[in-house]
Amino acid sequence: MSPDGTDNNRRRFLTAATVVVGAIGTVAAAIPFVKSWNPSARTRSAGAPVEADISKIEPGGIITIKWRGKPVWVVRRDDKALSTLSEVADNLRDPESEDSIQPEYALGETRSIKPEYFIVVGICTHLGCSPSYRPNMITADFQGGFFCPCHGSKFDFSGRVYTGVPAPTNLTVPPHYYINDGLVLIGEDGVA
Amino acid sequence: MSEKSSNKGLIGWIDARFPLTKMWEEHLSKYYAPKNFNFWYFFGSLALLILVIQIVTGIFLTMHYKPDGEMAFTSVEYIMRDVDWGWLIRYLHSTGSSAFFIVVYLHMFRGVMYGSYQKPRELIWLFGMFIYLALMAEAFMGYLLPWGQMSYWGAQVIISLFGAIPVIGDDLTLWIRGDFVISDATLNRFFALHVVAVPLVLIMLVVMHILALHEVGSNNPEGIEIKNHKDENGNPLDGIPFHPYYSVKDIVGVVVFLILFSIVVFFMPEMGGYFLEHANFVPANQYQTPEHIAPVWYFTPYYAILRAVPDKLIGVILMFAAIFVLFILPWIDRGKVHSIRYRSSAYKWLLAMFVISFIGLGYLGALPLSDVRTFFARVYSIGYFGFFLGLWWISKNEKTKPVPERIQ
Repeated sequence: MSPDGTDNNRRRFLTAATVVVGAIGTVAAAIPFVKSWNPSARTRSAGAPVEADISKIEPGGIITIKWRGKPVWVVRRDDKALSTLSEVADNLRDPESEDSIQPEYALGETRSIKPEYFIVVGICTHLGCSPSYRPNMITADFQGGFFCPCHGSKFDFSGRVYTGVPAPTNLTVPPHYYINDGLVLIGEDGVA
Repeated sequence: MSEKSSNKGLIGWIDARFPLTKMWEEHLSKYYAPKNFNFWYFFGSLALLILVIQIVTGIFLTMHYKPDGEMAFTSVEYIMRDVDWGWLIRYLHSTGSSAFFIVVYLHMFRGVMYGSYQKPRELIWLFGMFIYLALMAEAFMGYLLPWGQMSYWGAQVIISLFGAIPVIGDDLTLWIRGDFVISDATLNRFFALHVVAVPLVLIMLVVMHILALHEVGSNNPEGIEIKNHKDENGNPLDGIPFHPYYSVKDIVGVVVFLILFSIVVFFMPEMGGYFLEHANFVPANQYQTPEHIAPVWYFTPYYAILRAVPDKLIGVILMFAAIFVLFILPWIDRGKVHSIRYRSSAYKWLLAMFVISFIGLGYLGALPLSDVRTFFARVYSIGYFGFFLGLWWISKNEKTKPVPERIQ
């Protein structure tokens, strides 16, 4: 107790206790506001799988399917495109797709269930632009595939990223399975 | 200022209840500013003017704009075509944002050139940097609102930057967007932040910036303290009251600025695609990225740094570092001499290199990629960071010229 009758220890304890309780209350009150930024229940339920009719794609052609607000491409690769896959392996950052996202049934250099049809999310793994399909853009260090106009990332016909470009991983292959020869369901793994 | 005001009548009545005369004197009629302010000292008050223009035009735009993924693009077209004078209000607002950055960049360069960030003005510089940061956030979120192609994909790229953060990146971007892609949810929250939250923060920071300035006193092109030599009344000998001397001088700056500003608003509001990008006249399409996307010109220097690095995480880190390094400028510069007029030629070369690098990066950041441009972007990026490294290095034992005691 100090000479003027103030109990400084008691005062310090009360101050600290008030600050702590106040801080806990502030944090607790902030949680609902922070959580209100999460995707809403309506948004979360909108991610249903979609069917794609792939029977009418020409060899070398591409169609875009809308899934969860993202473009999903179905590319019908011709033999020329498929033959480049093993040639370019040395120039790729992740040729075995070890650090990239794809279902287990889409591993290997074709990254697909059927080599002819390549199904991939058309969003660059760098900063989310949508690359363009450039089957005929052939240069000394690029054998055709996909090119992102935003920051120059290059991908081969299996969406595998080249070295020396900003994208860190290969394009993402979504879960999908074939309902029949001409119809594929995107967004769901097949039942075994 | 302890004695009560001598004013009578209404002012006296107010002064007894609110520090009206006290504030007027402290910040205007008895705020002594150095007598040698030059051209570069117009930009602070001009920034304040543009802030007012942006707030007023912004309030009127919200009366017609719809922050809704389905309606946003058409509501902007509606403002442009159907609302009486809507085109003018929108062009004032869009031109105002570019003008804001032009003025702020010149204002910041003035601060660098004359050492206005150095001791004892570090906090003024820090508040200023936070204003710059808030301004960038404000501009970025405002750019999403017209919901054009460039709005959409620009936001996609910038939000994805946060995805480069290890571990939490993906969840963080999802939280910012409120959806798996940029969507109505993102637009709605950006609208709230652009119109309410960030402007409040900006205004608060501007007040702190000015309060800190008036506490320490203004620097000047000579970079010397006018408070070291005072007359018998305690007023700096080389200072003059801000009002009427500089308030009147600033009116000249305002008139010239408004002439230039009006020319842009009335005759070239798109500024060849630099102030309003062509791709933004196409409604947002989440399945198709435009062939060439670039941010608005005031972000291009940082964007060029991001693109110059062939690694996602390092690119993002360097881009944010380019802004962060400006915050710590007062501590990087170890020199005692403030103004460029009395600093070494090494300093002048470094500053020239910085200016060339910054403008070069800004120029390249607006263009599509090519190998040559990537090479130059890397050179300029090194020049940009090299300035800070070089400044830290040379300022320890810099050969400076003798600094005068008084302003001539």
